[in-house]
Amino acid sequence: MEKHTNRFPISHVLGFIFSLILTFGAAFIALKTNLSFKVIMWIIGTLAVLQAGIQLFMFMHLREGEDGKTNVINIIYGVFMTVVIVVGSIWVMSAGHATH
Amino acid sequence: MGIKWNEFFITGDPLILGSQIAIVLTMVGIVAGVTYLKKWKWLWSEWITTVDHKRIGIMYIISGVLMFFRGGMDGLLMKAQTSRPEMEFLDAQHYNEIFTTHGVIMILFMAMPMLIGIMNVVVPLQIGARDVAFPQLNALSFWLFFGGAMLFNISFVIGGSPDAGWTSYFPLAGKEFSPGIGNNYYAVALQIAGIGTLLSGINFVVTILKMRTKGMTLMKMPMFTWTSFIASVIIIAAFPIFTVALALMTFDRLYGAHFFTLSGGGLDMLWANLFWLWGHPEVYILVLPAFGIYSEIISTFSRKTLFGYKSMVLSILIIAFLSMVVWVHHFYTMGSGPAVNSIFSITTMAIAVPTGIKIFNWLFTMRKGRIKMTNAMLWSLAFVPCFIIGGVTGVMLGMGAADYQYHNTLFLVAHFHYTIIPGVVFAVFAALYYWWPKMFGFTLNEKIGRWHFWLFVIGFNATFMPMFFLGLDGAVRRSYTYSVESGFAPLFLVSAIGSVILALGFFAFCYNIYWSIRHADRNITGDPWNARTLEWATASPVQPYNFAKLPEVDGLDPFWKMKKNNEGLTIKDSDIEEIHMPSNSGLPFFMGVVFGVAGFFLVFEWHIAAAIAAIGIIAGLIYRSFDYDEGYHIPVDEIKETESKWRNVEGEVHNYVK
Repeated sequence: MEKHTNRFPISHVLGFIFSLILTFGAAFIALKTNLSFKVIMWIIGTLAVLQAGIQLFMFMHLREGEDGKTNVINIIYGVFMTVVIVVGSIWVMSAGHATH
Repeated sequence: MGIKWNEFFITGDPLILGSQIAIVLTMVGIVAGVTYLKKWKWLWSEWITTVDHKRIGIMYIISGVLMFFRGGMDGLLMKAQTSRPEMEFLDAQHYNEIFTTHGVIMILFMAMPMLIGIMNVVVPLQIGARDVAFPQLNALSFWLFFGGAMLFNISFVIGGSPDAGWTSYFPLAGKEFSPGIGNNYYAVALQIAGIGTLLSGINFVVTILKMRTKGMTLMKMPMFTWTSFIASVIIIAAFPIFTVALALMTFDRLYGAHFFTLSGGGLDMLWANLFWLWGHPEVYILVLPAFGIYSEIISTFSRKTLFGYKSMVLSILIIAFLSMVVWVHHFYTMGSGPAVNSIFSITTMAIAVPTGIKIFNWLFTMRKGRIKMTNAMLWSLAFVPCFIIGGVTGVMLGMGAADYQYHNTLFLVAHFHYTIIPGVVFAVFAALYYWWPKMFGFTLNEKIGRWHFWLFVIGFNATFMPMFFLGLDGAVRRSYTYSVESGFAPLFLVSAIGSVILALGFFAFCYNIYWSIRHADRNITGDPWNARTLEWATASPVQPYNFAKLPEVDGLDPFWKMKKNNEGLTIKDSDIEEIHMPSNSGLPFFMGVVFGVAGFFLVFEWHIAAAIAAIGIIAGLIYRSFDYDEGYHIPVDEIKETESKWRNVEGEVHNYVK
C-alpha cells in the first residue's frame, strides 16, 4: 500500500468518472428515452454488469495483496459457473420443440 | 403419524426374506464377535473417533469394498434374470429396484468412497504433509457419507427401494407415478452423502493449496495429487447443483411442490437438465483421480519419469473445463433442437483430444522403460485397450444425430461400463495393490492377484462386449425380459456367464486380502516397489505423524532423487521436534448417526420425529462451536523410538537404486 500514497490516484479518479457516466447513462436511458421496456432492461442490465466490474477492479482492490491472483481466478470461475448453469439451463430448456 | 406397519417391512419375496435373515445374522455375528474379542474400546478409540487421514481413508475403502459386493450382487441378479428369455426369477418391479440401486450404489457408494479413500491415504503423504487441512471435518465427511450409504442400503428391506433408475427422471420419480416412499430414500440419502462429498472436496482443495511441503510448487506436485486437486475443484463446482436438485425433488415429493411436475406449471425436463449438470462432471470426478493413479503406477514400474508432465496437467485442466459443458449429450433425444445438440456434440467429441493426449503420454512413459509386470502394472496395462473401446464408442454416442439410434439401448450400457470399469474399478484395484503396503505394512499376494486380474478382465469383457451387439440389434436397457423371437438369447447368455467369471475375479480379490492378512511377509521396507514419490519416504504402515521431519523438494519424483543422491534418507536426533497432532473426536460419528436417523424419519414423512432428530444436528453444531480442544503433542522420545524401529530394518530404502 506504501507506493500508492505519494502517487496521484489515477485509477480511482477514472473509476469514479466511469461510475458517474454509467449511472447517469442508465438513468437517462430509463427516464428520457422512448425505447421499449425490453430494450431498456437489456441496456441498463449490461451497464450494471460493467459497473460491477469497474467497482471490483478499481475500488475493491481485487488484484492487490497476496490473494490478488486467487481472487481474480475465483471471480472468473464464479462467473463461468453461473453462466454455464443459468444461461445454459435456460437455453437448453427453451430451445427446440421440447417447450412447444 | 399414520404408520402402516404392514408396508414398513418388505414381505412376501423369498429373496428379500433371505436377505433380511442374512442381515440380522450378520449384525448379531458382528456384535457377538467384537464382544467376544473384547474389541469395543479399540474399535471406538482407534477407528470410530479417529481423525487420522490414513485411517479415515481405510474406512472409506472398506465401505467401498462392501458396497462393491452389494452392487455386484444386484448386477448378478440382473444378469440371472436376463440370462434366458421370459425368465421368471425377478418380477418387473423387483428388477426396477435392482437396476436403480445397482447404479446409485456403484457410482456414489462404491466408486466415490474408493477414490476418496485412496485420496485420503495418499495425497497428504505425497505432498509431505502431516494430515489434511481440517482433520475433524474429514472424519465428518466420512461419517456423513457412511450415514447416507447405510440409509440408502436399508431401503430394500424397510419401506422399498427407489425404482426410477439411478437418474430418477421426472415425471416417473414424482409422487404421482411413484407414490411409495422408495424414491424418498433416493432424495434424502444422496443428500446426506452429498454433504460429506462436498466437505471432502473443500478439504482437499485447501490441503493441496496450503499444506504442500517446502519447495513443492504446483508444477512439482505428483500427478495423482494434481488429478485429486482438479477432481476436488469439480466436486465444489458440481455437487451444489445436485444438492439443489435433490432439495427441489424433496419439496416435490414430500411437500407437494411442483418444480418438476407439469401439473403445477413445473418442468419435468429441468430435473434431467440439473441432474446431468452434476452427473457429467461427476464421472470426471471419478475418472480423473484414476488417471492420476495410472500415471503414478506406470511411471514407477517403467522406472521412468512420467512422459509429458506439463501436457498431462494441461489436459486435465481442459478435461475439467469441458466436463462442465457437455451435459446435454445425456438427453439429445429430449428434442432441444439442432443448435443445442450440435454444440454439445462438438464439446463432447472435443473431450477425446485431451484424453488421447494422456493415453499417448502413458504409452511414451512405458517406451524404453524397464517395465516390471506387477499386478498394479497389469491393471494399468489392461486399462488402456479397454478404456479406448469405451472412449471410441463414447465418440459414437456423442454425435447427436447418431445418438437417436443408440439412445436407451444396451449399446449405451456397454459403453459406460467400458469407461467406468477400466476407468475407475481397474484403477482402484491397481491402487490397492500398489499402496496396500503403505496402508497395512504387507503386500498382497501376487500369484492370487494374477487369478484376480485374469478372471476379472476376461469376465468383464465377456459380460459387456455382447451388450454392444445386443444394443445395435435393438435390445433396450432397463427391460426385465425379452422374447424368444427377438433372437437376443445367445448373447444375453454369454453376458450372464461373463458376469459369473467377473464375480469369481472379485472373490479371488477378497480371498487375496484374507490370505495376505494371514500369511504375507511383514518384513517389508518403507519402499517395496522402488518408487518415486514422497509417500514411500516414510514407514509402512505409516506412523501417525507421517514424517518425523518434513521433507524438502526441488523437482518431480523427489524420493527417487533422494535415493539416487543418498540424501535426506536418514534423520539426526537433533532434527526431531515435538509434533502437534489433532485429538480424536466422537462428534463426527454422532453427526453421522443423527443425520441418518433424521433422514430415515424424513423418508417416511414422519415430520415431527424428523424435526426432533434434527435438534441433534443443531446440538452437534453448537457443541462443535464451543470445542476448544487444541490437540496434543507427541514427545521427542516417542518419535525417536518409532523412527528407529523402521529406519534400521534390513534392506533399507537407499540400497535400491543402482
